[in-house]
Amino acid sequence: MEFLNDFKDQVSTAYELLAAGWGVQLLWGIAWTLAVTVVSMLIGAMLGSLVAAAKLSHRGGLRFIGESYTTVFRGEPELLIIYLFYYGGTQVLTGVARSTGSIGSTDILNMPSFLGGVLAVGIISGAYQAEVFRGSFLAIHRGELEAARAYGMSAWLRFRLVIVPQVLRLAVPGLGNVWQLTIKDSALISVTGVAELMLTANKAARSTHHSLLFYTVAGILYLVMTSVSTPIFEKAERYTSRSFTRPK
Amino acid sequence: MSANVAAAAKAAPSPDDKSAISVRDMRKCFGDHEVLKGISLEAHKGDVISILGSSGSGKSTMLRCINLLETPDSGEVRVDGELIRMKQGRDGRQMPADIRQVERIRANLAMVFQSFNLWSHMTVLENLVAAPTHVLKRPRAECLEQAEALLKRVGIWERRNYYPPHMSGGQQQRAAIARALAMNPKVMLFDEPTSALDPELVGEVLRVMRSLAEEGRTMLVVTHEMSFARDVSSKVMFLHKGEVDSVGEPKEMFARPPTPQFKQFIANFNK
Repeated sequence: MEFLNDFKDQVSTAYELLAAGWGVQLLWGIAWTLAVTVVSMLIGAMLGSLVAAAKLSHRGGLRFIGESYTTVFRGEPELLIIYLFYYGGTQVLTGVARSTGSIGSTDILNMPSFLGGVLAVGIISGAYQAEVFRGSFLAIHRGELEAARAYGMSAWLRFRLVIVPQVLRLAVPGLGNVWQLTIKDSALISVTGVAELMLTANKAARSTHHSLLFYTVAGILYLVMTSVSTPIFEKAERYTSRSFTRPK
Repeated sequence: MSANVAAAAKAAPSPDDKSAISVRDMRKCFGDHEVLKGISLEAHKGDVISILGSSGSGKSTMLRCINLLETPDSGEVRVDGELIRMKQGRDGRQMPADIRQVERIRANLAMVFQSFNLWSHMTVLENLVAAPTHVLKRPRAECLEQAEALLKRVGIWERRNYYPPHMSGGQQQRAAIARALAMNPKVMLFDEPTSALDPELVGEVLRVMRSLAEEGRTMLVVTHEMSFARDVSSKVMFLHKGEVDSVGEPKEMFARPPTPQFKQFIANFNK
């Protein structure tokens, strides 16, 4: 009986805390997490396609750059790269600003936290996306690329009409994985002070001393975000691979 | 269809210039292996040339060197009298001097592949209009109209909104032939168009090819179909170990094989 009463108390405390403003804060946290993830994915898509192209290039120098990129950014801890970009970026910005005299010799020019965070997470995401794009390109039926050449298409037309649509089709499942990784990586940029879900949960837990409650709620919210994205990617996959599945 | 023929007729330069494709002394090595050892070929407008040879004789490589899918190591290729300009690459190998010229010439040399190579993410209709609209920059409405007419002609108009992987091999190859025709090409290159087909589907593709030959199209056909070579083509060319073994009028070639190699080759087929 006592246990049940205790549980009731817990629930009503949780409700009060969430209703008192922490609930809204957590929702904002979700919004920031999604913003960080989407922007990082876009940065990663741009970098990833360039890096994939470099890795597939005939030129040894470009291949080396591409290989190094994916080796370094998949091989280093994410947190280290975030620190490097945020604190390292701050140091570089401050140095430049001081030397040009835009700020005083004791002032500090901070790396904007959102920018530093999405750059770091985007660069990491780009390393994984590069592998996905490269694998997808290699999976395109060679004959279709050859047909595009044989019909007089320029390199740009082949890219636009044949390579991009097919790479996208083949890349969707892999990109789904990268999206999940990127959502999780976004939690790490709480260290730069972006008020995304992780930082918000942290703040709530510390100032209310209800760690169990807030970390559990945050955990559930992350799980909701990652699991909602699965059927969305499955739907995208069905759409992009429609030419390979029998029509009903 | 008549619009198509008219367009082809208009594209022809002067009546006295009859050469459609002229290849002189073409050589090609893959590593140490010399696949083409100095091949020459003359195709006049309206010629249907069957290129025969056992596997490894270099016949597909020769065809692929004509539209520069493979770069020949040496030799000259002229299409409609125009020389494809080559230059020396940094690695010492020959390469096209002007890729724009190559792209323009390729658009006139529509190729039909052994494994069809239709673009699998496009419907049949989209496959037929992609290159005419983007490469030849013709109006889309006009291309669609022509595409539908061509699909009717090859008998797969009902499948125009299908994706290639949903069709049989014979239907895909007929779609691929229609895609080639949609370019209003000066010459059609066929690279073993029936070799990947189930035996019962070969006939439908050969019928389409025969009708193209009958309307006077210039065709180079790498094939193992002896009946097509003998009955439909205007000239037969037999390659043996990277060289032209014999060239001639089909009835004559098959009745009196000019070389022991060709005699052996057709004997193997009649077994």
